[in-house]
Amino acid sequence: MDFKDTAEEAAFRAEVRAWLEANATPRQSAEETFGPDLTEDERVAAAKDWQRKKAEAGYAALTWPKEMGGRGAPPIQQVIYGQEEARFLVPARVFENSLGQCLPTVGAWASPELAAQYLPRGIRGDDIWCQLFSEPAAGSDTGNIRTRAERNGDEWVINGQKVWTSGAHFCDYGILLARSDWDQPKQKGLTMFILDLKADGVDARPIHQMSGEREFCEVFLNDVRIPDTHRLGEVNQGWTVMLSTLMHERMSIGGVLPTTLHETLVKLARNATWNGAPALDNDVVKARIADAYLSQKGVDLIISRGITALSKGQEPGPEMSILKLVAARGILDIASFAMELAGPEGMLGHEVLGDEYAFMQMMWLTAPGIRIAGGTEEIMRNTVAEYVLGLPREARTDKHVPFRELER
Amino acid sequence: MNFDFSDDQRLLQAEVQKMLAATSTSAEVRRCLEGEALYSQVTWRELLGMGAATAALPAEYGGAGLGYLELCLVAEEAGRHLAAVPLASGIYLAAEALSLGGSEAQKQAWLPRITAGDCIATAALGGAEGYLAGDAPRFDGTALSGSVLLPDGGAADVAVIQAGDDVVLLELSAAGVTREPLVSLDPTRPYARIRCDAAPAQALSGALAGKALAARVRNGAAVLLAFEQLGGAARSLDTAREYSLERKAFGRQVGSFQALKHKMADIYTGNELARAHAFYGAWALSTDAPELPLAAAAARVSATRAYTVAAEESIEIHGGIGFTWEMDCHLHYRRARYLGQLIGSEHAWRAQLADAVITEAA
Ligand SMILES: Cc1cc2nc3c(=O)[nH]c(=O)nc-3n(C[C@H](O)[C@H](O)[C@H](O)COP(=O)(O)OP(=O)(O)OC[C@H]3O[C@@H](n4cnc5c(N)ncnc54)[C@H](O)[C@@H]3O)c2cc1C
Repeated sequence: MDFKDTAEEAAFRAEVRAWLEANATPRQSAEETFGPDLTEDERVAAAKDWQRKKAEAGYAALTWPKEMGGRGAPPIQQVIYGQEEARFLVPARVFENSLGQCLPTVGAWASPELAAQYLPRGIRGDDIWCQLFSEPAAGSDTGNIRTRAERNGDEWVINGQKVWTSGAHFCDYGILLARSDWDQPKQKGLTMFILDLKADGVDARPIHQMSGEREFCEVFLNDVRIPDTHRLGEVNQGWTVMLSTLMHERMSIGGVLPTTLHETLVKLARNATWNGAPALDNDVVKARIADAYLSQKGVDLIISRGITALSKGQEPGPEMSILKLVAARGILDIASFAMELAGPEGMLGHEVLGDEYAFMQMMWLTAPGIRIAGGTEEIMRNTVAEYVLGLPREARTDKHVPFRELER
Repeated sequence: MNFDFSDDQRLLQAEVQKMLAATSTSAEVRRCLEGEALYSQVTWRELLGMGAATAALPAEYGGAGLGYLELCLVAEEAGRHLAAVPLASGIYLAAEALSLGGSEAQKQAWLPRITAGDCIATAALGGAEGYLAGDAPRFDGTALSGSVLLPDGGAADVAVIQAGDDVVLLELSAAGVTREPLVSLDPTRPYARIRCDAAPAQALSGALAGKALAARVRNGAAVLLAFEQLGGAARSLDTAREYSLERKAFGRQVGSFQALKHKMADIYTGNELARAHAFYGAWALSTDAPELPLAAAAARVSATRAYTVAAEESIEIHGGIGFTWEMDCHLHYRRARYLGQLIGSEHAWRAQLADAVITEAA
């Protein structure tokens, strides 16, 4: 048992590190964020620049097959690249959906011509992609999608509304799941398409989030025309295509989850007092610091188990399915307690309280979203219960009923 | 990165699992529960005989000479099968203390007898909590006085005892030692109290001694116990899961109710979080890493929590039948508490964990 790289992994790590040192600024602390004062347009532009640089150096799509513009590298190299990049201040998140889910789905299901049209551009950062699955009436219950896709000769005509689409307002393309057959049961009448977000009839409007940002959007689709060549997979096979998208998420094990918030908490507790004595001497404070370590280091160690599997050329085990549950709840608990440390002053903005509070306050405001995005905690528990423990699936009354007969 | 056990180590685990499934049966564990035996002799003989219990002890003293990682997996199986044996007291604590802190002569005198099964050892190495006003053990360089609570004290022949700044070795047949078996809430893992009146004893006098030795042994035991707790926690979840698939209410399997599905998903989550920390503890123990106090405390706290929750909720998932003497649920309920308090409670270890995290973050 050890945490060491194999010789091959070490060589790759050294190569990546040297490249990053030559091309990016090292991070001073885990709490530092890239360009906190940039406007969104500037942040997106910076992300595109960085993506292009990575692509030119061959790091943008490490694990993809060579035919698709990748390097055909084993998944462990993607992990190593991610670990090293995390030590530098580079634009994050803008390309997460593009590279993590959308482009791999295009790669797996598009015709060779279509793949050649979109993948190189996507990898180079010329286009940004988003994922248009959720709708007002279809979140956890994705199968309930009502956006209509009607065949008209060589084209499809799309009408409906998507919601919670991250980044749609600055994205160029998206993968869109729509209902192509109302006489089939829910999951059997869906088809996946490539949507051009600049096409006529597409209207993406940012939604004001509780965090104050405007990152996700509602997307209205009005007589939008999609050529049949831009269909991913067979007609009515959209559900299968979507499941393959979610599979890609699984191999990205952990990715962007924070794992050192307990250290941030200790830093804040060092400045805080409790009845005039240092908060760090208080047993309640200490107990919460210990619990913070258990969840944060726990996430890190579970990821290490996943990496071990990848390093051996195996698939990560079922314990990966608890990552988001542990991480999201942990972030919320830690960030809340960080605020409590300062008592009533803990409600003051970091502008007043001090820069050192900025990251925790951001975490507190984003934690509720982390618990929901990509599957709510309840849905994740269902997944663990059904797919890991083999317990009975949720009772369903809608599985074999034609969609048009379902109660609205 | 290789944050996992090797195939060979898993093979050994499978052997131990097979043996314990045949030997440490519910009926066998219940002989101890009913007070018919102080420990399961047949299980103990097998665990020693196949070199499982002695995995981490050097071959020159009769151990299997494998390592701590192997012993961790043995511990997991012992926990899964509720093995009613002096494994924690005799091996994780006493034999480890001898091996790490004994002089050559002390090791030669005792370890071969322990590994051969000719002698049962136990230990009392301090701890944070206390309740009964005691007569704390005192050592004057040659003799020990005072009273000590010993796990497996009824069956043991020799004990390693922390007395003030010393860690001493006491033969329980020595003059001036009297012992008294005590009623315990987990009769499968009984306690006894010994009283010493100037009983002849000797300090362990190897390289590592006194409080440093006690701390090191406690940390190692925390990791090994975490694996034992993980085994018990996984077994509790398995049993609950199987029952929930058989039992029907309101015309369906009770395991199909989301409240129970989510409860079991939460137990699984707690178990796997604890497993991750236990693995880290195993790494720290097996490489003698400076992170051991941190990793051991994290393993201890998370595994204690996991087994406690799994054992409690397993009874709940079984309903009324889970509350009966016949079901093994309460054996886990008792064992989870015993293991969770044997070397100090979750709370005391959480304090150690906090101190280590704060030091590391400095
Ligand atoms: C920050 C953020 C970014 C997002 N980005 C995207 C994106 O880019 N693209 C995209 O398509 N979507 C995106 N989403 C949408 C996200 O996938 C959904 O919000 C999520 O799946 C929940 O669906 P919902 O909002 O409709 O809630 P609902 O499904 O209505 O859930 C309401 C409540 O009911 C519970 N519930 C529902 N079904 C069950 C069940 N079977 N058992 C128990 N409880 C249940 C839920 O857990 C929840 O507590 C994003 C969401 C967030 C918060």
